[in-house]
Amino acid sequence: MGAKRALFFYKPSGLLKTGRFTMRKIYMIIASFFFLGVYLTTSARTASQEFPVPPPPFTEGIFPCSSCHASMEVNRKKRELKEEHTNIKIHHAESMRWCLDCHDVKDRDKLRLYNGELIGFTESHRLCGECHGNLYRDWKAGIHGKRTGYFTGTGKRTYLLCAHCHDPHEPKFKMIVPEPPPFRPTDRRNEK
Amino acid sequence: MRNKNLTRREFIRNLSVTALAGASLPLLSSCSKEEAEDFLQKHFLEMTEDEKKRMIAKLEQRYLERYGKNFQISTQEAQPETLWGYGLELSRCVGCRRCVYACAQENNLSRYARQLHWIRVLRLKRGNLINLEDSEHYYAPETVPEKGFIYLPVQCQQCQDAPCVKVCPIHATWQEPDGIVVVDYNWCIGCRYCIAACPYKGRVFNWAEPNLPKDEVNPNVHYLGNRPRMKCAVEKCTFCIQRVRQGRYPACVEACPTGSRKFGNLLDPKSEIRYIIERKRVFRLREELNTESKFYYFFES
Repeated sequence: MGAKRALFFYKPSGLLKTGRFTMRKIYMIIASFFFLGVYLTTSARTASQEFPVPPPPFTEGIFPCSSCHASMEVNRKKRELKEEHTNIKIHHAESMRWCLDCHDVKDRDKLRLYNGELIGFTESHRLCGECHGNLYRDWKAGIHGKRTGYFTGTGKRTYLLCAHCHDPHEPKFKMIVPEPPPFRPTDRRNEK
Repeated sequence: MRNKNLTRREFIRNLSVTALAGASLPLLSSCSKEEAEDFLQKHFLEMTEDEKKRMIAKLEQRYLERYGKNFQISTQEAQPETLWGYGLELSRCVGCRRCVYACAQENNLSRYARQLHWIRVLRLKRGNLINLEDSEHYYAPETVPEKGFIYLPVQCQQCQDAPCVKVCPIHATWQEPDGIVVVDYNWCIGCRYCIAACPYKGRVFNWAEPNLPKDEVNPNVHYLGNRPRMKCAVEKCTFCIQRVRQGRYPACVEACPTGSRKFGNLLDPKSEIRYIIERKRVFRLREELNTESKFYYFFES
């Protein structure tokens, strides 16, 4: 460490007439600005460019949550919701989970990671990834989940969030209605 | 003597010229100038840029008359350092056929009176993946996925050593440098050798003039890909050549509601398809035939 520092602060003698202490200060300030810049650009990139996600799939008019919840009293008790959110059925390890495990108590417009970090709904994949690590790894590589648009070049691309396909409260995939089968060779619609 | 000899030579020359003119007379007389031009069109790979431009202008005019839309026919060539590969996750495919109809929409397929599809979704009994003969593609349940079945979508596998290319007697189908096997519909004579040779049933034939409703036409087309076809032309999946050469995902990839379909460049170590091949359990259909297909089916592992 000492050797590294010595290298870092090495200056040819007589280059600047300032004292050693002042030079160190200047170096520190420059370095801190540099690292701050790097930090800001990388964090901005991870948020918007690396995973260009569409808006999260909210029920219409439900967001921002704080428009109702800000004036409400916090009730941490696990209970059946009878007045609002009656359409939400928790079927996602429900015996050990409750709304406030993922939604933040104080800021309802945010989700809460295990380490206490608050994230927006557009970054919800980070929350899902805390338990489903292997799927998150594949999602980041573009294997689990769905990507549309351009895969190379500068064209627009979209990576769907976990919540676009899986209802976070009830993540099992629903059955869907298939498109009609192809016409058989003997089908009337296949004749002239 | 010398004079007489010359006249005979002249006579023979005149005779042969007359014979040639007589032989080409039916060609020039029984069809219009345009048809004669079509007949004398060069092979696509031998055309100069100028000739291509003229042919494209002619085709665009013809499509405008037929479908009432301004077509953009691209002849974009393969990008360097690309070899396209496809991945399909069987553990997630639910057999909903969204891909089949998205493909028909994108690629201007005939909709009825010989409905054509480039993707065929096979339904197989779970645990019976080897017996493709027991498969069924007319299944019509109310909802999918059904219990006890798996779904195996099959389309052109873009073989690296393609049997269809080998059997074509006139080189109307060939492999592009980026690995896509294409058909020149103008050059195809409709002998259907390639359909017989394909072990995946990846090719379909226009037995009649295709029925493509005017309002459903997709005017962004590629000459070797999704431009409207004619009677007697063989056609097949081209990995959406008009999209992927611009760096865009194929239509079936974008249509899949479960995200089972993956696409990428096999030569790019960072691509999605390389990630799949390196980390997942991958297999190719009928690998024993040595077709070296570039369509990789995989499972969650």
